[in-house]
This record gives sequence, C-alpha cells and structure tokens, in this order.
Amino acid sequence: MLFFTAVAAWVYMIIPMITRIVVDNIINDIPFAGGFLIATIVALFGGIETLQSHIWLAGLMLVFVTTLQAFFVFVRQRFAALASERIVKRLKDELYDHIQKLPYDYHVKAQTGDLIQRCTSDVETIRIFYHSQLIEIVRAVFMVIFALGAMVSVNIRMTFVSILFLPFVFLFSFVFFRYVKKTFQSQAEKEGEMTTVLQESLSGIRVTRAFGRGRFEMERFIEKNDAYRDVSFRLIHYLGYYWSLSDFLRFTQTAIVLVYGIMQTYQGVITVGELILFNAYVQMMVWPVSQLGRVLTDTGKAQVASNRVYEVLETAAESDNENAVDYDLKGDIVFDDVSFAYEKDKKILDGLSFTVKKGETIAILGATGAGKSTLMHILLRLYDYQTGSITINGKELNLIRKDCLRSKIGMVLQEPFLYSKTIENNLRMAKESVEQDEMIKATNIAAIHDVIEDFEKGYDTLVGEKGVTLSGGQKQRVAIARTLIKNSEILIFDDSLSAVDTETDAEIRAALEKRNKDVTTFIISQRITTLMDADRIFVIDGGILADSGTHQELLGRDGLYSRIWQIQAMLEQDIKMKQSE
Amino acid sequence: MQQFEEQDYSRQFDAKLWRKLLRYCKPYKKTFAILMSAGLILAVSDAAFPLFTGYAIDTFVVDADLSNLLVFGILYGVLILINSICVTVFIKQAGKLETFISHDVRAHGFEKLMKLSFSYFDRTPVGWIMARMTSDTYKIGDIIAWSCLDITWSLTIIVFSFGFMLITDVRLTVLILLVVPFMVLASIYFQRKILRAHRESRKFNSKITGAYNEGIGGAKTTKTLIREAQNFREFKVLSKGMEKAGVRAGTITALYFPVILSLTSIGIAIALGEGGRSVINNMISLGTLSIFISYAGLLSEPISNIARILSEMKSAQAAAERTIALIETDLEIVDSKEIVKQYGDFMEPKSDYWEKIQGNIAFQNVSFQYKNGEKVLEDFNLEVQAGEKIALVGETGSGKSTIINLLCRFYEPTKGQICIDGRDYRERSQIWLQSNLGYVLQSPHLFSGTIKENIRYGKLDATDEEIEEAAKTVDAYAFISKMEKGFDSEVGESGSKLSTGEKQLISFARAIIAKPSIFVLDEATSSIDTQSEQAIQRAIFKILEGRTSFIVAHRLSTIRHCDRILVIDQGRMIESGSHQVLLQKKGHYYNLYMNQFRDEAVATHLLQKN
Repeated sequence: MLFFTAVAAWVYMIIPMITRIVVDNIINDIPFAGGFLIATIVALFGGIETLQSHIWLAGLMLVFVTTLQAFFVFVRQRFAALASERIVKRLKDELYDHIQKLPYDYHVKAQTGDLIQRCTSDVETIRIFYHSQLIEIVRAVFMVIFALGAMVSVNIRMTFVSILFLPFVFLFSFVFFRYVKKTFQSQAEKEGEMTTVLQESLSGIRVTRAFGRGRFEMERFIEKNDAYRDVSFRLIHYLGYYWSLSDFLRFTQTAIVLVYGIMQTYQGVITVGELILFNAYVQMMVWPVSQLGRVLTDTGKAQVASNRVYEVLETAAESDNENAVDYDLKGDIVFDDVSFAYEKDKKILDGLSFTVKKGETIAILGATGAGKSTLMHILLRLYDYQTGSITINGKELNLIRKDCLRSKIGMVLQEPFLYSKTIENNLRMAKESVEQDEMIKATNIAAIHDVIEDFEKGYDTLVGEKGVTLSGGQKQRVAIARTLIKNSEILIFDDSLSAVDTETDAEIRAALEKRNKDVTTFIISQRITTLMDADRIFVIDGGILADSGTHQELLGRDGLYSRIWQIQAMLEQDIKMKQSE
Repeated sequence: MQQFEEQDYSRQFDAKLWRKLLRYCKPYKKTFAILMSAGLILAVSDAAFPLFTGYAIDTFVVDADLSNLLVFGILYGVLILINSICVTVFIKQAGKLETFISHDVRAHGFEKLMKLSFSYFDRTPVGWIMARMTSDTYKIGDIIAWSCLDITWSLTIIVFSFGFMLITDVRLTVLILLVVPFMVLASIYFQRKILRAHRESRKFNSKITGAYNEGIGGAKTTKTLIREAQNFREFKVLSKGMEKAGVRAGTITALYFPVILSLTSIGIAIALGEGGRSVINNMISLGTLSIFISYAGLLSEPISNIARILSEMKSAQAAAERTIALIETDLEIVDSKEIVKQYGDFMEPKSDYWEKIQGNIAFQNVSFQYKNGEKVLEDFNLEVQAGEKIALVGETGSGKSTIINLLCRFYEPTKGQICIDGRDYRERSQIWLQSNLGYVLQSPHLFSGTIKENIRYGKLDATDEEIEEAAKTVDAYAFISKMEKGFDSEVGESGSKLSTGEKQLISFARAIIAKPSIFVLDEATSSIDTQSEQAIQRAIFKILEGRTSFIVAHRLSTIRHCDRILVIDQGRMIESGSHQVLLQKKGHYYNLYMNQFRDEAVATHLLQKN
C-alpha cells in the first residue's frame, strides 16, 4: 500500500511536466532536459522532435501518464479497502467471540448500549483510520517530498517561495481542529441528550398522555433540540471561518508564486513552462498539507476508539481448570460448606451444605437477594464458588469442563432471552438436530404447543419487533421447551413459572414429573403451590440453608415457609364461603 | 432488532413530496437567497482565477510588459478576498439551513407525536420513530442545504467556463466538449453504483449491529445453552458478508475517481494538443492555452457533483417520505375548534375554565372496534357513582384494557358515548380529562431524573412538602429517605436504579399528588415478592379511598377491596356485583375464582387442617 501510494504520488508529479514540455520545448523550442522518468516517457513517444511535429502526441502522453497515475490510485484505494475491511472483520469477530466468552458476571453488569457502541462506531472509527486517514498522511508526506525534489531541481529560490506558506497552512488547520475538538464533542453530547429525551418520551408516551404532560415533554424536547441545533450551527460557523481562511492562505501562496514567478520569468531565470510547473505543484501540495492538519487531529479519535475496543478485548474471558474433564453427571449432588461473595465481605452464600439425591425434585424458597439464584448459577459455574466443595456424582465441580457441565444441566433463566428468529429456530438453538416430534413433545410439556399452532405461521412465527410479540408467560414457556429439548440430566427452573398462571404451572410440572423420573430438578419459586409438590423444600435465608424438608414437615415448624404460607393464606379470607358450601 | 435495518427505496422523483418539504424552507427565503448568491459569486471567482493566470502569461511573460503588475497583484488579492468571504458566507448559510430545517422538521414531528393517539404507538415500534426523528431529519436538512449550494455552484461554473471558451475558440471548445457526455455517463453510472454498494454495506452493518445487540443481550442465555460456537459461526457469515460488501463499495468508489481523472485528462490532452498547435500557428495566445487547460481540468468537479446530488436525492427522498408520513398521520382523536378555544389543548391548557370532575361516569351503549374491523367491545353499558371502586376481571384480550383506554379517552367509542358527570366527554377537551386522571400502568415507567422530579411529573407546581406528603401516603417515604440523597436520588434511565416494587410505589405517588378525581390502575400480573407486594397493596387501598376508580385487577385482595366487580368476556360484561354476591351466583366469576385462586383456597384449607 505504501508502495502504491508512493508510486501514485510520483507519477502524479509527471503530469505538470508534460504541460511544461509542450510550452517550453515544443512551442518555445527550448532544448529538453528532464529527470529519468519524464525522459523515458518522452523517449517512449518518439522524442522531442517527433512531439514537435505531432503535437497531439503530447496530448496522448498526458492521457497515458494520467491513466497510469489513475491506475495506481485505484490500486492504492483498492488495497486500502481490502486491508481495512479485513482488519476490521477480524476485529469484529474477535469482539463477538470474546464478548460471548466473557464471564456471566460481566454480562450482568454490562451496559449494553456502551458495549454495542464499542463494537460498532468505535470499530468504524478504526476502519476509517486504516482506510483513509493513514493513506492521506502518507500521501501528503510523499507529495511534499516529491514535489520539493522536482522543484529544487528546477530552481531553489522559486522552491523556497513556493513553500513559504505551507507551514502556516498546516499549522493553521492543525491548531484549528485541536481547538474545535471540544465543540465537536459538545455537539455529540447535545445530540445524545436530544435522542435520550426523544427515546424517553416515546417509551413513556403512555404516562405522558395519561398525565396530559404533552406540553411539558414538548418544552423539554424543544430545549434539547434547540441546543443541538445551536451547537451544530456554531460548529459549522467555525468551519466556515476555517475553510475561508485556509482558502485564503492557499490562494495567497498561489498568488505569491505567480507574481514572483512572473518576475523571475521576466528576468529570464525560469521559463514560462517552469512557471506553469511551479504553479501546478503549489496547487498539488497545498491541499493535502491543509488536510494533514485535520487528519492528524482525527487520528486522536482513532486512538481513543482503539483503546475502548481493546479494553473489552483485554477483559479476562472464562476459562477452565487445566485438569478439567468431561464427566458423567448422573449421580448425587453434594454441597459441602460452600461460600460465595460477589464483593468482599458481603457473603451471599455462607457455608452451605446439603446433599441432593439423583432424581430428586428440590424446590427452593427464599426472599429476594437471599442467594437462591446464586446457588443455581454456581452449580452451572456461571460463577465460581470461593470456598468449600461441590461434587456431582463424586467429581469436584471445578474439575468438570464448563461446556460439559452446561450441556448436561438445563437451566431456564429468570428472564430468558428469545432471539429474533423463528420460534422453531429458537427451540433448535438447544439442539440443532432435534427431531420434529421430539420438539413438539417438549412444547407440549411446556404447554405452549397449542399457542404456537394458533399463530398464523405456527412454528415459523418470527419472534420480536416485526414478528409476534409473545407475552411474558409465553416467552418463559418457549424457553422451558427449549431447555427440555437438551435432554439434561439436571434441570433448573429459576423462577421460570412465575409469569405462567397457576393452572398451567401445575400442568407443566405434572408433565415434567412424568417424563423426568431420573432427572434431578431444582425449582426456585415464591408460589406456594409450586413449592409444595416437591420432594423436598429448601428454605434459603441470609445465605444459609435455614430449613429443609417436605411440605408437611416445614408447615409443622415455625419458620419462613410457614410464615409465607400464612401471609398468602391471610389474603384469602373467604374461608367462610368455603365452609358454607 | 429489525429496527436497525435499512429500508429499500427505488422510486421515481416525487414532486409533491418535495413541495411539502418546501414548506420548511419558507422561513429561510433570505438565507436561501444569500446562499445562492454566495454560490454564484464563488463559482464566478473560481472560474476567474485561470483568466488571471492567462492574462499574466500573455502580458507579463510573453509581451514582457510589467507596467500593470501592481494593479494585477491588487486585483488578484481582491479576488482572493472575495473568494474567501464567499466561502465563509456560503458555509454559514448552508449550515444554518441544514441545522435549522432539520431542527424544524424534528420539532414539528415531536409535536405530532405528542398528539398522536395510543393506537399509533400500539402499532409503531419506538425504534422506527427514533430513526425518522434522527437520521432522516438530518438527511433532509443536509440535502436541502448543500444540494442547493452545489447545484448553483456547479451550474454557474459550467456556464461560465463554457461561455468563455465558446467566445474564444468554438472549435477547441467543441472538441473539449466531446468528453463531457462520457463524463456525465460515467458519473451517473458510478454514483448510482456507489450509492447502491454503500447501502448494501450499511444493510450488513445494521445486521451486525443487531447481531451484537442479540449477542450481548442474550449472552447469559447463550451460556446456559452453550451456543457460543454456533452463534460465532453465524456471526462470521455476517461479518464476512460485511467485509465483502465493504470491499465492493471501496473498490467501486476507488474506480470512480481514476476513471473521471482519465476522462478529464483526455479533455486536457485535447486542449494541450489542439491548443498547442493553435499557439504555434499563432491562432491563440499562450495565456489562452493555459486558460483552456485549466477549464478542461475544472470540468469534472461540477459534473460529478451534480451526479452525486441526483443519486443522493433518492435516498433523501425516501427519508423525507417516511418523515412526512409520520407528520401527516391522521389524528384519531381530535378536539373540535370550539372546544380547544374554550378548554385549551395540551400546549395551552386553559385550566381556569375547567369544571371540577365529580366522578360520575356512564358508558352508554359503547362499542369499540379497531380500524381493521376487529371488534373489541360491543354495546357496553355501565353507570358508576362518584367514589365507587370498580374491578375489571377477565382473561387477556377480553376487553378490560380497552374499557380503561376508552375511559381515559386514549380511544374513543366507535358507537355510543361516555359521559362524565352527565356530559359526553367529547364535549370537553382531552387535556381536561387527562389532567384529572390518576393513572398507574402495569409496568411502571419512570423518567431519568431524580425521585422528586418523577413525583412532580404528576403536578408540575407541587411543593417539596406536597411531594413528601404523597410519598408518605403510599408508604414510599421510608425507603426514599433511606437513600443517600433522599428525594434527590437519581432513578437512572427508566428507573433502572430502583427495584420494581420501588418504581411501583413512586408511580403511585406520582399518580396521586395532583389529587385526581378518577383513578385508573392496571395491576401488574406477576408478583414481585411477598413483602413488597404487601406494601403495594396497602398503597393501593389508601389511593382508592374516596375516588372513582377503575382497576384491571389480578390480586384477590385488590378485587375484594372493590365495590363492584365486572367480569368481562369477549367484549361484553357478563357479570357484575360485589365479591360475595358474585361468588354466591356460582357463575363465571365463581369459576374464575375457583381456577385462578384455587391455590390460595387450598392453602387455607390445608392450614386449617394443621
């Protein structure tokens, strides 16, 4: 790329020389003397004498040289496109891959908007750097070097006059863009503020309308809209001054060369052709140099963008223990004195010990933040336990490969995510090769098959904004079916049935019971009817296993379970009605 | 995710649409005039520079007569000055047009959005509206301002330079002109291709943004499904496609400039060859030759400029079409002019003239159907006394929410009428009713800002005491004062820093601070946790006190607290009465009750046994 940039610049230098040859050597009959490249080209077209008798050949020569230069420009730009797109593709892939592999905790805390911005607009800034800024810098440097070389060989004093203003042109644009950087930033900020208000007004439109706050919102928006307009206008205003001043400098440089050149020509120091040559070179140099100032400030943006991207890439991804193996999970699960804290000194789980027999159904009850979900996340090693030991089928959890663990444990998250694909493709995400009837079996157990069939496009219904919007309960049921397709040895429902009505909830659990005799099942719920049918109920309170036992056992004791039971019961005072029946 | 996707367009020039856009230009007639004059003068001065050089060569160099050099220098300086001033002026004026016009379109669009009825937002994704209000409005401002300038400049330069060349040497001009058709064709061809290629790569880009969005949003689910590898494979197909599209766009762009360059060089070559011969034959002067060479070189820019604008017009037209469509959407609920005159609208509410609402509500033979003919409510009748609490019960899609929306006048009856205090509510303005409503949504929506600001949303002139009072009423005071900054704590974007229960309580405080006469509550379906649930229940009971209330209820305790329960099924009221009465009836409510609340009943029963 560097090479082609140089060649293109070099050939570009030849073009004005042709005009000079026509004026000096052909029209004005001055003997020809020139550098290697131009001499070769002239020779190629039959030498000066031939050109003199066939002046149109000079035109042809110009077309030839320009086309040659055009070709190199094309090659340079194509290389730039190839290279920058490849670099950026690799970067994008790396980002996507890495983000997926970042720990669960990272995603819990991640700010989606910011992360997406890093993956898209920051990467785009980097692309622009490779695609154009880098070339522009290199090109400007080559142009100045070559033009200087060509000019010096003609006349040193003229050369000096020709570049008199160049440093100012460069400095001016460099300083200017430094200076307005802040305005650029504040424009971006104002735009952000405006779109935030817009976004909020739109997503809160129901509240706005219900309170009759249209005017209030309008005023809020007008304020931000005005501010954005004003700062944009101010910026353009500055740019107006910049362009006019830099044009002024450029033209003044040209004028000086012209006037000084005329006097030199008058004195016979340079020829008319050389005057035209200098004039052309000045024009050729001034533009890239004035661009250089802008580009150099812009590279600062690329620097910032690349830092932001690498910040993501350098965040440590999940990894396995060196000795981790694939393992058969059919067996008991044993927790022994397991503790876990997200932040130091704030233990979420504090010395938890229990054993779950293979095939048992365990229901887990606890207040919000008591550590129920954490417990299940640890079992899937979405988080790593810090002390104690967990074994499945006798094997320490740390020594089982994560992908093995996750493929054999099916977990339905509290807020499951459906991808904007068809329902069938969402289901198949768990197992691409699943048979049709097996899939339908799963959707039947999750009590969602009939709902899906009712959609106009059935299993081909698109989920998401352009497709059908599923209710919370329907989403959870699709997610349950998806997890069931995995045929896991351990199943975890993290409050997955809360958005489903009690009747369907019971149906699903009954169907599960029938299918999964050997499957160890954990159900987190706050709904008493969901809990009471389990083989055993765990009550988690303040990070410890406060109580465990069957429904009857727990009701017999004074504890959280019986208290919750009473609260829910108190809401139902229609006992008299029941009794009167 | 689809909201990111690029939309297709390939339509003919739509004169009507552009005429509509012209409305937005009217206030800036003067700016347009200045801009065009600046563009004109600039083009003339740009075209004059070669004339100066030509004169200099002929007079000072060839004739070796330096007597006019000083005058020449001064004039040249003046020309530079004019040129620079024109540049400042045109950038400033075009910038003004660009920013002001897009600002005006946005302001207009926003005002419209505030007036549009609920049904519009039911069927239009927020992402779609956002795109219209941002990138499309930018594009409109951009094309109007800069194309106007570019066309003026380009045409002037073409006319001027050709005019000069024709006067000087017709034959040479005609020869140079031979290149122009090729240049025009190449420009049109390439500009079209470039636009298409860039759009193709933007399409991929939006897909990639969508993929990142899903990859990040779904990362947790991905882990539980161990889909990383498969997802990555799917992503790589996209990013490869993007790379290819990018290279294609880059290549076609890279090809365009060299082609134009070569074509230009043919023009210059003709000038050089033919002109050179004319100089030797003493038909034209050396200075004239240099002018011809310069003009031949100058040709490509205006031509490619115009070609670029023509192709950009297409995408700008698509943007304008969508934005204008948004602005011209029919309002489904409108107050008549007389009513607005008397009661004001949301921009200028005339609250001094508003009658106080007692809270007697009557639905008289109300039917409602969607525009597509789907019937939701049929012949619905209901009399509600001031202060009565009404619970609406029924399955999803039965029409409960429609009744609420009709009551709030988010929808209007397609047949029949709704009277408030004995008068059809259409006889008063929307803002009159909605300012007297307390309204709490199923999922509470807070605005970013402080807690105080959010509560004040219900009553803009509320004092701090009133705000605290409202918070106390709904039992939110305790948790708010525990927060580090109390009422001045930021709630985060759409309340993200608060728990669902806390958001709920604040939305209650917001709803009651203005002491509304009518209260509407769409109860959340899923419970949060038992303790917060109780706090919310207590708040609800307090709020309902002495207010005409409509509640889409899911909690037994809420339902039981109401004076009357309406069971809605397929758009009809099939039962109504108090909890006890309905249970004794052993009808739909009884069944619903038995099904939906059986758990709680069984629980109680079991408890009795123990």
